[in-house]
Formats: sequence, structure tokens, C-alpha cells
Amino acid sequence: MALIHIKDVVKTYDMGAELVHALSGVTIDIQANEYVAIMGPSGSGKSTLMNVIGCLDTPTSGLYEFGGENVGDLDDNQLAEIRNRKIGFVFQTFNLLPRSTALHNVELPLIYAGVPSHERRERAEKALTDVGLGDRMLHKPNELSGGQRQRVAVARALVNNPSIILADEPTGNLDSRTGVEIMQLFSELHAQGNTLILVTHEEEIAEHAHRILRLFDGKVASDEVVANPLTYASQM
Amino acid sequence: MLSLHDYSEGVRIALIAIRANKMRSVLTTLGIVIGVVVVTLMATVIEGLGAALDKSISSLGTDVYYISKWDWFSGEWWKARNRKDITVEQAEELRERLLLAEAVVPVVNSWQRTFKYKNRSVKGNLNGTVPEYEITSGVVPEEGRFFNEYESNAGRPVCIIGHDVADNLFEREDPIGKTIKISGYSYRVIGVFEKEGDFLGTAMFSKDTQAFIPLENFLKLFGTNRSIDIHVKMRDGVDKEDGKAEMIGVFRKIRAVPPGEENDFGINTQDFLKQVFDGVVSTIGVVGFLITSLSLLVGGVGIMNIMFVSVKERTKEIGTRKALGATRSSILFQFLIEAATICMLGGLLGLAISWPLSLIIDEVLPSSMPLWVVILSLSISVAVGLISGIIPAFTAAKMNPVDALRYE
Repeated sequence: MALIHIKDVVKTYDMGAELVHALSGVTIDIQANEYVAIMGPSGSGKSTLMNVIGCLDTPTSGLYEFGGENVGDLDDNQLAEIRNRKIGFVFQTFNLLPRSTALHNVELPLIYAGVPSHERRERAEKALTDVGLGDRMLHKPNELSGGQRQRVAVARALVNNPSIILADEPTGNLDSRTGVEIMQLFSELHAQGNTLILVTHEEEIAEHAHRILRLFDGKVASDEVVANPLTYASQM
Repeated sequence: MLSLHDYSEGVRIALIAIRANKMRSVLTTLGIVIGVVVVTLMATVIEGLGAALDKSISSLGTDVYYISKWDWFSGEWWKARNRKDITVEQAEELRERLLLAEAVVPVVNSWQRTFKYKNRSVKGNLNGTVPEYEITSGVVPEEGRFFNEYESNAGRPVCIIGHDVADNLFEREDPIGKTIKISGYSYRVIGVFEKEGDFLGTAMFSKDTQAFIPLENFLKLFGTNRSIDIHVKMRDGVDKEDGKAEMIGVFRKIRAVPPGEENDFGINTQDFLKQVFDGVVSTIGVVGFLITSLSLLVGGVGIMNIMFVSVKERTKEIGTRKALGATRSSILFQFLIEAATICMLGGLLGLAISWPLSLIIDEVLPSSMPLWVVILSLSISVAVGLISGIIPAFTAAKMNPVDALRYE
């Protein structure tokens, strides 16, 4: 059974004067341990699709099953719980709390999961060490470089062992060198068995994924497997 | 549903937010600060007044009635004007006929007499009375003694003076045995009363500025053409109402008041002090309550305003927290805690200001800030925070995560 099962999903925004069809009938299945890039020009509906997949938004119509559960049936608190336990978000703008240390930022999902403080700390420390920031745990975001900030965000996404990691333009605010490092980190995560969904408009970023979904005008325009995904090694 | 984690995270976020906006937070709490200062000082003053009242009551003696031509604090003083004077003979007769009274003491007084020693002089009330005055007043001289039966009957020129009179006339000298002039007549000081202090302008009841001489002497030198007061103290164990009834019945007969007519004399007790006290306390209470409510209202609106700003500023943070799994109630709680914490700090600041002020009050009016007021004012502060934080917190809690994340 697919981890993510999306069938005929429509998302319509009422902009007052007109109805905007951000998604007009999208059907996709994503299996566990896939590495999928969602591409498309702006206005294609890729952000909306990501919000739906991330349970930040619910479809106007159509079916969305996450791990066999119909997301449309869930209330606000249940959606929050899915976001907390099943999904790890990585944002283009990092979205770290500016006045908190890296460690506390990574602890946040665990706080909302109700994990006791000593365990929280242990797990957050491990997640930060795993992304190579073991020596930066008590730094605040403004004391870290862009790449380090995004690593903190990745650690935060990983810390609660989610079913999928959902990255929205994760390299958009990074220079290309740092971007490559982050993509390398994603490849490693995928190799460790994580499921990754990447939203991007950059071709070379998308090519790190093993499958590329292209959206156009709120519909899936193409769905192809990448024969030779970019890896860290191939770029050296 | 809300866990301890929510709570500690809430406090943590609140402290971080407050630390980041120190000046803003302090200014925001101004209303709360003023409210807390007013409420604590008000309670301190009321407590001080209560203590002063107790002291004044004890100086008046608890179960003592004061028979007088006048009713103290009656609004109908003109009624008393036409009453016949109370005389020393009536007092004598009352003393002989009362069975339930321990002491019946005539007191005749004259206002604004000049007390003089060497080149210093003060003005004060002069009283003529008998040795039993010690029983009805419940006050013994701090130095020296009251006059005795012999000095009283013989009308000896001896006097006991109040504490302020002694201070003013003698400064560092020992007054006992010295001779002072009262309206030109010489008196030997044989005693000084301890200091009583006055309560709310009741200095006329305080012995501090007065002098006491034997009744016989007073009558001889200052005349009798004035109404006297009679102080009546009941025996121990006598029911107050029984004693009062006997006293009124007997005195009506002495004064020949026909049955069915009103008393032509006033029966006063220390209860009037209680009434004065209650009046003052309720005035302070009403004024204080108005100021407090107003400043808390202003403070509450300020907090609400700043919380709206805080929510707006942190829209993206709210979106992020929601994406990471924060529920509506966690977000609601976070902002409520923040509002309550700001107000709590305001309350503490208010206490920090009113504490030294209460020490100043203590100098004038012996008192201390009661603990319950400290607890109450902190609770009120927190309550104001919760009430004024609730709408902004709701706004934050019901934000759509997608819109919040997109907010720049």
C-alpha cells in the first residue's frame, strides 16, 4: 500500500471575485522510501500540493490517504498530531526561532509530542550531531551560516522520526556550494531509508531525486523516474 | 490536554519575548504597576488605621459609658443645646445609686488653657476629676502617679500632664515635682501620662495635650458654670445592657425626665470611633477601588494591544510551530502565559515600588503590608493578563498554518 495516496484532489481558493483552482484533479501515489521531486513553474500548484501533503491544508475535494488514514476525516488537533509525528518540514527560509538555540529549535517538535525533557535533549543532541552540528548546539540562528541553519532545520525535521521529510525549496536561500551540501545530506537521509519529497523549480536540484513529478496548471503533467540521480560523488 | 511541557515552553517563550522587548514590556505594564501600588498602599493604610483604632479604643476603655450633655457625632447637636447642664451633684447622686457600676467619675473640663513652665508655654484642655479616673480611663501615668483620695478631697494644686505637654514644657528636664502655671495658678506636676497618639483628628480624646487636676480644685478656681461629663465603668461580669439600663433609669430619675420622653442627656461609647473608622475605610476603599479599577482597565487594554502586536510580529513563528505540531490550544496557552507573565512582572514591579512606600507610611501610621494583599495583587495582575490576553491568543490559535507560514 502506498504511504501517500492522492486521488482526484482538487483545491480551490475563493479569492472573492473569482475561484482559483490551485489543484484541479491530482492523482499520485508515493511509496515509503521514495525520493520524489515535485517541480513546476510558479502558479502550477506545487506549493498547494505540498501543503496538502504536509497536512497544513485540506483538499476541497478528492481523497488523500496518509499511511492508510483518510486525512479529510481528521480534525484540527489530529492534523497537528500528524504534522508532529509523521512529517518533517524543511522550509526555504529555514523558519528557526531566532532567539532560541539550535538545540531548543530541534527540541520543539518533541515538546509538542510531549517527550520528557531529558529524552528530548538527548534526541535533539543526536539529531544535531547527525547533521554535523554537534559543536554548534548552543548557538543561536544568527550565529550560524545559512547552510548550518538549514542543517538545524533538517535536524528538527528528523528528530521525531517522521514518515516523510517534506522540503520546500530547501536550497532556495543558499549559495550553490552550500546547496549541494544540503542535497548531499538529503541523499544520505534517503540512503538511510527515509522518504523524501522535495519541492523545487530548479532542474539540477530536482535531479537529485529518484522520481520527478511535474505540475502544470494544477495537474500532473509528467511523472518520470530519474535514471541516474545526481549524487555527491557524481558532482565531484 | 495541556501538558507540563506546554506550560514550561510557554513560560520560556514568554520570558524570551519579554527579554527581547524590555522597554516595551515595562511600559505596557505601567497600568498594572499603578494598580498594584494603589491596592497595596490602600491596604497598608487601612491596616495602619485599624491598628491605630485599636489603640484609641484601648485608651478609651472598653466597657465605659460617657454621659454627657452632648451626643458625640450625632447630627442633631441643636437638640442638645437646650438640655440642662449635668452637674457635679448629679454625678455624686449617680455614684451613690448605681449598683452595677465599678466607678462613676465626674470630669469637668475647660478648653484651651495655657500651661506654662519658665518661659515655655502650650495650650491644652484642663480637666478636673477624681482618683477613680484611673479606673475608667484604664491609663496609669508613665512617670509619677495620679492624685490620691486625700489630694482630691483637699483640692490640692497638683496635676498630671499629658505626654506632649511634658515634652513641650520640659524637654530634657524631669517634670515630676516641678511647678507649672495653669492659667496663672501654680500646680505641682506629680505624674505624666504615656503617649497615646491621636486617631483621625480625635486629638480631643487623646490625653497627650491635656492636664488633669483634682475636681475640688478645678471647681474652686475655674468655676462650675458648665456641664460636666460622667464616665461610668461597669463592674467585671456585669452584662453591658443591664448596666446601661440601670444607668439610664437612675439618671433619668435624677434628672427628673418624665416617662415617655427622650433622655435629656447623651450616652456615648467608644463605638463612635468604630463608625469614624468605618467611614474613613470605606472612603479610602471606594477611592482606591476606582483608581485601581481604572488603572487595571487601562493596563489591561495596554496588554491586549501589545499582545496583538506580539501575535502579529510572530505570525511566521506561529505558522512554523503549527507545522511542527503545535495544536491550537498550545498556541493559545503560549500567548496567555506570555500575557500573564508580563502582568505578573508588572505586579512584582508594583510591589517593588509600594514596599518602600509602605515603610514610609509606617513612619506616620504604624503598619505593615499584609501578606494577603501581596498575594491578592499578584493574582489580580495575572488575572488581568489572562483576560486581556485571551482575544489576541485566540487570534493566534486559530490562524491558518498555510497563511501564517507565508506571512512576511
